[in-house]
Formats: sequence, C-alpha cells, structure tokens
Amino acid sequence: MDKRMTVDDAVAEVTDGMTIGIGGWGSRRKPMAFVRALVRRGVKDLTVVSYGGPDIGILCATGQLKKAVYGFVSLDSIPLEPHFRKARQNGALEAVELDEGMFLLGLRAAAQRLPFLPTRAGLGSDVLKINPHLRTVKSPYDDREELVAVPALKADVAFIHMNRADAAGNGQALGRDPYFDNLFCMAANKAFMSCEKIVSTEELVAGGPLQSLLINRMMVSGVVEAPGGAHFTECPPDYARDEKLQREYAATAKDEEAWKAFRAKYLEVTESDYQNAVSR
Amino acid sequence: MSHDEVSRADVCALAIAECFRNDGEIMVSAMGTSPSLGARLAKSTFEPDLLMTDGFNLLLRNVLPLGAAPSDGDVEGWMPFGAVFDTLWWGRRHVMMGASQIDQFGNQNIACIGRWEKPKAQLLGVRGAPGNTINHVTSYWVPNHNDRALVAKVDMVSGVGYDRAAALGPNGRRFHEIRRVVTNLGVFDFNTPDHRMRLVTLHPGVELERVLDNTGFELVIPDGLDVTPVPTPEQIGVLRELDPQGYARKEVVE
Repeated sequence: MDKRMTVDDAVAEVTDGMTIGIGGWGSRRKPMAFVRALVRRGVKDLTVVSYGGPDIGILCATGQLKKAVYGFVSLDSIPLEPHFRKARQNGALEAVELDEGMFLLGLRAAAQRLPFLPTRAGLGSDVLKINPHLRTVKSPYDDREELVAVPALKADVAFIHMNRADAAGNGQALGRDPYFDNLFCMAANKAFMSCEKIVSTEELVAGGPLQSLLINRMMVSGVVEAPGGAHFTECPPDYARDEKLQREYAATAKDEEAWKAFRAKYLEVTESDYQNAVSR
Repeated sequence: MSHDEVSRADVCALAIAECFRNDGEIMVSAMGTSPSLGARLAKSTFEPDLLMTDGFNLLLRNVLPLGAAPSDGDVEGWMPFGAVFDTLWWGRRHVMMGASQIDQFGNQNIACIGRWEKPKAQLLGVRGAPGNTINHVTSYWVPNHNDRALVAKVDMVSGVGYDRAAALGPNGRRFHEIRRVVTNLGVFDFNTPDHRMRLVTLHPGVELERVLDNTGFELVIPDGLDVTPVPTPEQIGVLRELDPQGYARKEVVE
C-alpha cells in the first residue's frame, strides 16, 4: 500500500464551495502546507471546520473563506487571530461559533455517523441565540432533562499534520497533546495527512509509544511528506512555533501593503520555496 | 514599593486563593496572571490537594513560580485537551475566567462588543465559557473594575448567570455555581435570595463610593461591610516566591 502524493495532488480534490475540516489546535500542529496549497489552488466559497488558528485567518485574508465553524480562532501567543477579527468586524464572514466542547461533540457525532450528540454545554447561553439552527432534545428517561443536541460537523475533505507516518497512511503524533485529528479524519468523506517525515512501518512503530499512533491507514486517502508542514505553527518535538514569523503575519492584518507582500513571499510560492524562505 | 510592602495585587491574589478554599481534590483552571498566582498560593498553603496544569497538558504536583518551565520531577499526570473536556463535563473542576463584561446575575461576556452578527469589537469568542458555567463551579477576575466591565446588560452571554440558569429549571441548573467575582476593588458573590451580585468585602483603602460609581448596576450592599483580608507575612513570602517578576502588580489597577 502506497498512498504517497504531493500537497497539490491532495488539494486538487477540493472544489469551490466544499467544507474542509482542518486538524491541530489554534497555532499548534496545523496542516499549514495544505493551507498554503489551498491558497495556491485558489478554491473559493469554502467552509472551514476547525479549532481555528492561522488556517482560518489566512483563508479569511485571501477571501476564500465563506463560512467558519469554530470553537475559537486563536494564535495562542496572540489570543485572537487578527485576520479573523478583521473579517468578523467587517461582517465578511459567515460564522458558526460554538462552545469548545460542543465543537468536539459535533466532530464525534460526525465520526460516529450520528445526527447529534447531547450535552449541557450551551444551555442558558447566547450560543443558542446566535446559532438558531441548534435544537435541544429531551432525555427519553425519567429525568426528562433537556439538553443541547449538537449537530454532526461533517466535512467533505479533512487535512491533518503528523510528526511521522508510513507510506500506507499510519500516522504518529509525537507531541504531548494528540488533539482531535483522528476525529477530523473520521468526520470527513476523505482525509489527507502530511507529516514531517515518511518512515518505514517498522521505524514508525519503534519511533514512539503505541499510544502515539493516533492515525491508522483506514482514516486517510493520501500521505504527504512535508517537512516544516506545520510551520509557522508549532510541531513539537520537531520544532517550536516560529513566533517571529507569526508576529509578522499577525501585523499584516492592519496593513494592506504588508499583507500583499506577505502573501507574495510566503503564500503564492511553492512549498519548497516557502521552506527556503523561512529556512531555520 | 519595597519587597515586603503589601500591594493591592497581593490582596487580590489572596482573595482569589480564597475562592478555592475547601475545593479539595479537583482541577483548578485559572486563566490569566492574578488567577494563576492566587490558585498557586492556595495550593501551596491551605489547599494542597488541588490539581493544576502547566497551562498546556501536564498536571504538576509541585507549585512553580509564574513563567517557570516544569521539569520531569514536577509532573504528576497528563491532561491533554480531550481529558480537559471529560473533566469539565464530569464536574471536577473550578475555573476562574476573565470577564470583558459581567452583569448583576453573573452573566459573563468574552465573545464580542456590539451585535454578534457584525461586532464592533470581536473579542475571544465564547471559548469554553458556556460549557464551563453549566457544568461546574466558576469564578471571575476583573483587574480593572469599571462600569464598562460591570454592566447592566452584557452584549453576548458567554458564561451563564443565575437568572439564565434559573430559567433552565432544577435539572439544567443543578451544576451551575458562580462562587465569587474578585476585582481590583473588592470581592463579590451571589449569596442573596435572588442571586443578585453582592459586595462581600472592600479591599483595604477602597471607598464604597468608588465601587458604586464604577458599577453599572445596583449591587446588594450588606450591613457591616468587611475589609478584604491582607496576606500574612508568611503569605507575602510565598507570593514573592511565586511571582518574583511582579507580573501581578503590573496587571492590577490600584
């Protein structure tokens, strides 16, 4: 089994109007090589489902994002994603803002092929008001408790980034938090995984505890070797966040010329040119 | 200010620590500088059984100074985000969050200012506030008490207050508790018949007038108002060890 391909091969599956699930968390282990490829491909009217970071911010700034479904959109060391802030304040973005835990249940529901999963989270808050599509459900048992029915967050395509993978699509997260990338894959019709390094299955299994093998090959249709593929977000233990480039990126939200220059230098280039431009 | 002089930030840190008294063996998630310092003071003095993380995914048995990186010997467990959600739905958690706005029933807003559809200012978004407040104990920290933060009506209910919780009925509200609000001016709770916010203590040197002038709703003022306790010399010693850089002082408006 050999599912190796390029980022551009994978992103060729994305067409205008699709819903894209993006793994990672904030500015942590984001599949940025795929995000850059989405910018190069120029697909429009996208919906992104994400524990959002620069993935949502960049696609806001390029005008490719129609709708964002998120628990938050943050750069971590910069608490609010500045391009997302700008898009929201301009009223330029359709938004589905959920409590962070509700978002997880929506992913789980999609992965389990359920219409919804129930939770207390959201009850009494304005999350129900700003999301008029949300419904509550009554427990069928004696308690008759009313709960929020978080609808499944399905996607057409999901993108994730791992530390290691084999050519068949088994993937390994070597950082301390696995996040929910397995669920993003299962919630999507098709999923693609980039990784820092493709190794043999033997090396993969020997490279960390079994619990680090978060992704099995059923979950992904394609594997891409993309060293630095999460950059400028963090991808421990391979590299920390590039705070300097992140600050540079964040500053472009307030300066149209700086954004144009950033886009030309870091986004409208091939992945290898990007990696050369930021070579560490 | 000399090393052992007591600042407003020290009073706030102790008041925050007191929010966690008798919490026992639960996880405390304290967002921001003064909450982190106060929770650390509680764990290192009167509430040693508290579980706390490094702010990422490690549970730390040892209490470290603000900004210090843990070493392997400081770790007692693992708390990735998936486990945080399980823990908060389980209810074994007390969170202290900030509040860009908070009203008299403890409805909190961290999401946006203005209309949510096209906000004047996009803030953090609701983050975990809806789930936290309906599942376990919550307290709030406001470092700059003014009538833009303590408001008659919040622009967007992120964290659920007592009036909203009451409307859910006994099932919906059974895990809801807003324990306390600590600001740079005083300590507040909701121990009133209709759960309206009550002034509990004024910090030393703060006049009642200043609190009233800077609050956008009518506070319940008890008879015989007390003053917030000042840290003992031992507690001040612990605070200096936990915040050698004086981050909390920079945050708290005198």
